[in-house]
Amino acid sequence: MGNPMKIRAASKDGITEVKVLISHEMETGQRKDSAGAIVPAWFIKELTAKHNDKVVLSSEFGSSVSKNPYLAFKFKGGAKGDKVSVSWTDNKGDSRTDEATIA
Amino acid sequence: MRQGNKYLTLATLLAMAGGMGSTAALADKSTDEIAKYRQMIADGNPSELSAAQGEELWKTKRGPKNASLEQCDLGLGAGIVKGASAQLPRFFKDTGKVQDLETRLMTCMETLQGIDPKTVVNEKWLKGERDTMASLVAYIVTESNGEKINIDMKPAEMKKMYELGKMAFYYRSGPMDFACSTCHADTNKRIRLQDLPDLRSQKGAAAGWGSWPAYRVSSGQFWTMQHRLNDCYRQQRTAEPIYGSDVTIALSVYMASTANGGTVLTPGLKR
Amino acid sequence: MNNQRRNVLKTGSGAALLSVLAAAGIIAPGMALAEWNKTAFDAKSMADTLKALGAAAPAESKDVQVTGPDIAENGAVVPVGVTSTLPNVTMVAILIEKNPNALSASFNLPAGTEANVQTRVKMGQTSNVYALVKSDGKFYMANKEIKVTLGGCGG
Ligand code: HEC
Repeated sequence: MGNPMKIRAASKDGITEVKVLISHEMETGQRKDSAGAIVPAWFIKELTAKHNDKVVLSSEFGSSVSKNPYLAFKFKGGAKGDKVSVSWTDNKGDSRTDEATIA
Repeated sequence: MRQGNKYLTLATLLAMAGGMGSTAALADKSTDEIAKYRQMIADGNPSELSAAQGEELWKTKRGPKNASLEQCDLGLGAGIVKGASAQLPRFFKDTGKVQDLETRLMTCMETLQGIDPKTVVNEKWLKGERDTMASLVAYIVTESNGEKINIDMKPAEMKKMYELGKMAFYYRSGPMDFACSTCHADTNKRIRLQDLPDLRSQKGAAAGWGSWPAYRVSSGQFWTMQHRLNDCYRQQRTAEPIYGSDVTIALSVYMASTANGGTVLTPGLKR
Repeated sequence: MNNQRRNVLKTGSGAALLSVLAAAGIIAPGMALAEWNKTAFDAKSMADTLKALGAAAPAESKDVQVTGPDIAENGAVVPVGVTSTLPNVTMVAILIEKNPNALSASFNLPAGTEANVQTRVKMGQTSNVYALVKSDGKFYMANKEIKVTLGGCGG
């Protein structure tokens, strides 16, 4: 489930720029906790962004993407008021989808 | 872009000056590059995630009294969040105390929601009610971004706190015999590549006080001012103060009032 | 226990939802079921990673850029990105040569999405950062060294 993402989408001159902040630990599985035990890997593996129902980005992450991942990209089209949604799935099978309106 | 150009001219000037102060030049070059790095990550400060949770928590009915915090008075009147943290700490008549944002929130949690302050005070950083506190703080300080730091020093209680804070700032303790002033009372002091602000000056205090609470890149955590101060005592190798205790509020009054007139840059983004 | 219930629910409804979406043509089956490229993400060296991505010998290209700072104050958060002026870019990826696993992230870009993706990665130490780009079915690459003053692996 996780906490909500922050998605900002703005269209200008026919291009929509999307910026996403995601709440996620992104544990590498290589870090030790204070007791010396390995903290198990826990990271987002797949992320898909859609404009209305069309996929505009599909990505695969490794565990070296930073904690609380940030992502910015641009696509052609997209009008003010349209929806942009972002979904992720992590290595534990947890997932989340949030959406924003293009400003 | 502009920053890059500025750096080039600086480099050219230094090159013309020839040979002199090459270590200083190297450090300045690094500081400049780090400024560029900070600028690159400033857009998309992960504090936004904590702030969003905090806003939700502010409106959520919780605690034995099943109430939200929407009627909490942070100093500007019940329910007013915008600009509130720019004027904290302040003296509150209803409690008869000088309170910082966190201790004031504990008062609201207790009176409105019936949540015992001990559940915050005795908790670990970023756990349970103290984590709730951090999210609330993230929300509230975001609502003061860009405001002027404006601490009301008229009440006698504030003056008393200021004097106590000043004393605490210079008070040496611990095995290293450090005081806050050991690390924070010099212009141009650096640890690693970190500039340490001179917290005695208006400019330094505005930069230091004004940019906390902040998201810490190194830990990937949002830290409140209480958390920041606690860690400074740890840096000082001294016993850590009790959460929300007078000495932490006194230090905050000392720093905040010195910073008066500066701009609130919270939530900050720090190493 | 809550978790368990959630997992059961998810496996059940998740699979059903996928097939419904696929049937409705909302997501192309290929896209929904594209397997996370385990071989590529588990690969250690640059060479093995490139091979796993099907990009054995990418050509160096001036039309590909790695964006990022010269120095990162903290390796836990290093802003990096890929931009390219090459035509028909369908995939971009970010590789960190000296990380335990070189591949950090890869992005499939449907037509209309610009070859301009920015993210943030962890770097254990100073390293070359590579941008890999697939344009018109061929692979191209560029790199930039990013210095790290404080490593980002381990906390
Ligand atoms: C041993 C040196 C040392 C001592 C003593 C020390 N600090 Fe710090 N302080 C630091 C360092 C280093 C930082 C930079 C942040 C970091 O990397 O933790 C810092 C950061 C700060 C900041 C934030 C400044 C900014 O620009 O982000 C404040 C405010 C602060 N300290 C207050 C205090 C107070 C109040 C005391 C005394 C209770 C104190 N410090 C004692 C080393 C010290």
